[in-house]
Amino acid sequence: MTHPGEITRRELLRRIGLTAVVAGPGAGLLSACATAGSGEEPSSAPASSIAVSADPKNPFGVDATKPLEVTIFSGGYSDAYAKDVHEVIYKRAFPAATIKHNATQQIGTQLRPRFVSGDVPDVVNNSGPEGLDPVALAEEGQLVDLTALFDAPSYDDPSKKVRDTVTPAVLANAVIDDKPLQLGYTVSHRALWYNAQLFADKGWTLPKTWAEFKALGDTAKKEGILLFAYPGQKGPYYQLWNALYTAAKIGGNQVLIDIDNLVDNAWLSGPVKQAVSAWVDIQTNYGDKAYFGLDHTQTQIKQLQNKLLFYPVGSWIENEMAKDKPKDFEYAIAPIPDVTAADKMPYGAIQVGVGENFLVSTKGKNPAGGLEYLRIMLSKEGAKGFTEKTLNLTVVNGAAEGLSLTPGLKSAAKAQDVAGQNIITDARFESWYKEMFDYGTAQINVVMAGRITPEKFCQNMQKKADAIKKDSSVTKQTRSQ
Amino acid sequence: MRRLRKYGFVAGFLAFPVALYSVFVIGPYVQAFQISFTDWNGYRSKLRYIGFDNFIRLFDDEVFWQALRNHGILLLVLPIVTVVIALFFAFLLNLGGGPRGAGMRGIWGSKFYRVVFFFPQVLAVAVVGVLFKAVYRPDEGGVVNGALIKVGFEPVGWLIEPDLALWSVIAVMIWQAVGFYVVLFSAGMAAIPKDYFEAAALDGAGRIRLFFSITLPLLRDTVQVGWVYLGIAAFDGFALILVLAGNKGEPDGATTILPVEIWKTAFTYSKVGYASAMGVVLFFLTVTFAVLTLRTTRRERIEL
Repeated sequence: MTHPGEITRRELLRRIGLTAVVAGPGAGLLSACATAGSGEEPSSAPASSIAVSADPKNPFGVDATKPLEVTIFSGGYSDAYAKDVHEVIYKRAFPAATIKHNATQQIGTQLRPRFVSGDVPDVVNNSGPEGLDPVALAEEGQLVDLTALFDAPSYDDPSKKVRDTVTPAVLANAVIDDKPLQLGYTVSHRALWYNAQLFADKGWTLPKTWAEFKALGDTAKKEGILLFAYPGQKGPYYQLWNALYTAAKIGGNQVLIDIDNLVDNAWLSGPVKQAVSAWVDIQTNYGDKAYFGLDHTQTQIKQLQNKLLFYPVGSWIENEMAKDKPKDFEYAIAPIPDVTAADKMPYGAIQVGVGENFLVSTKGKNPAGGLEYLRIMLSKEGAKGFTEKTLNLTVVNGAAEGLSLTPGLKSAAKAQDVAGQNIITDARFESWYKEMFDYGTAQINVVMAGRITPEKFCQNMQKKADAIKKDSSVTKQTRSQ
Repeated sequence: MRRLRKYGFVAGFLAFPVALYSVFVIGPYVQAFQISFTDWNGYRSKLRYIGFDNFIRLFDDEVFWQALRNHGILLLVLPIVTVVIALFFAFLLNLGGGPRGAGMRGIWGSKFYRVVFFFPQVLAVAVVGVLFKAVYRPDEGGVVNGALIKVGFEPVGWLIEPDLALWSVIAVMIWQAVGFYVVLFSAGMAAIPKDYFEAAALDGAGRIRLFFSITLPLLRDTVQVGWVYLGIAAFDGFALILVLAGNKGEPDGATTILPVEIWKTAFTYSKVGYASAMGVVLFFLTVTFAVLTLRTTRRERIEL
């Protein structure tokens, strides 16, 4: 799901159950009995790539009678899209196959032991705060190379390859250790989200420069509305994203690419410092420190009550708050205002990213079936069904055609058109170097609260990046774009 | 033969629990020690031994030391404050009413208070956490801050000020623990023969004298047990801190504790070997604490 730091109620209860074991001296023993007999040589990795045949109906040569096991993260998107859409299509194609459907909110906890023992589901929706570590799985040869999938004829049009039917970002996002191993399925638009209805009522326009942004802050202050807030509890990573995207807007995507590649002194670059300073200034002059103690839901409710104008988040917010949203509240996306007069990316740049990763396991009983399942997900029917069930867009081009989109999604689509080529990239160290990302989410709170200077923030982050770079136990990843 | 039958009988009863204990308690402990000498990431099927590297790395780990500092504070504050408050309440509930008839009485309404004191203990830690999240909420929606704002004070960031956060958490831990220790100490006090109090009271001892000269010395063993329990609790705090402050030790590492770090290192950062090393250290810390406490406070038993 889109909230790596969120603790769901169920998960919380489970964690409480955990404490019985973690409490006191027994901590660290949770891993008990987790190794599959020490000292054994790893079983020779099965072929991680599958050949593609020309048969557009069954390019991976799926055995029509073999069962397929699918594990879905039943978080914000629930699992109906798999059960009622994708699996139904699969059954239609292979009526003799049985599908074992499994939905959980603890993907990692449930599947880690299964991956170690070799009894794995074929398709895994690797999501949620307790997801599996894809890099570690890739290292073990547990993931099927998706090149075959991307080169296969697409489900709807055999003359087109799958890779030509999806947003190009999918292909970049898929890469782990130089091979495409995971499929991001959803598209989200991140920038600042606000209530378009409120702006219309007050006659306000979106600020395009930092000066206009602050001027609006003064106007809003008079009405008792806060210009900007982010949740200091559970959701500070929203602000880390926001600061990073602002840095990319100022200095171009290369700023984030350098950070991801652990380039020396990447965090000390001018744009990062400028972006952080700009936001610290907003927090100091227009913020409210109470939000450091509120979580994302509490903050989002406050926005629904028109107590704050801009909230740094992604397009899933609309669906997430659908139940609490009053009728006169209309979510819309606002690009980050120009920080300097010479920002590399012009006003209008937003972040468009892919997420919600799916994996096919090499050691499953039916890897070809797994690939076919992903191909079905990338069909127009499959993607449309997902959007209908979850109100979120998929990476499949044109799959939402004919669907009546919500105001928020419409605004996001429009913003993407306006942005054109000026799409801010995602910061991949979030999944590559989780430790650095976690440290960043803690540090952003410290700097925003004014307990350290933006310079110190950059230095701290650089120190952490250097430590990660030196840490031989962390597998390094690189990206070129 | 008879002997064999006797021990066979005992062994027959013990076999099952011992087997369970070995599989579910001893086994995991042994395995954690084993894994702490590897760089296992939770996914590999083979363990690679790296000797004491994990333990050496711990020495340079700022977060680890931060956690130890926090455990130190917890260890100093939590047992003392909880035991003092619990003793005070237990004394009031059982003996505070002074001598009356044959024996001692608690203060008026003590039966009611006893139930009330025990309430927090009945609540699940998660519930307590969520409850106090609402109490500590830093805006006008918080129970404490709502009142403060109404009276005209600035709201206090109980859980977001680095100097306050740990103390706020400790307050909740104490609030939750006191009830149990009141009951524990009450049971201990009930076991003290009434004659002692009567005799002392006849000699003119007041309530304070009764407490320090009769109750406390005779309650020593119970207090000692309570002390060890609370000390072990000071090495935990996992659930409460996770709910109240999250898993990043926020703010600024003020609520960083080992159990949360272990859990995160193992399952979020995929460094199970390193996390196990932390677990092993935590194991020795807890055992050392328990043994030290029992050793240093040992003395001759008083025969009642």
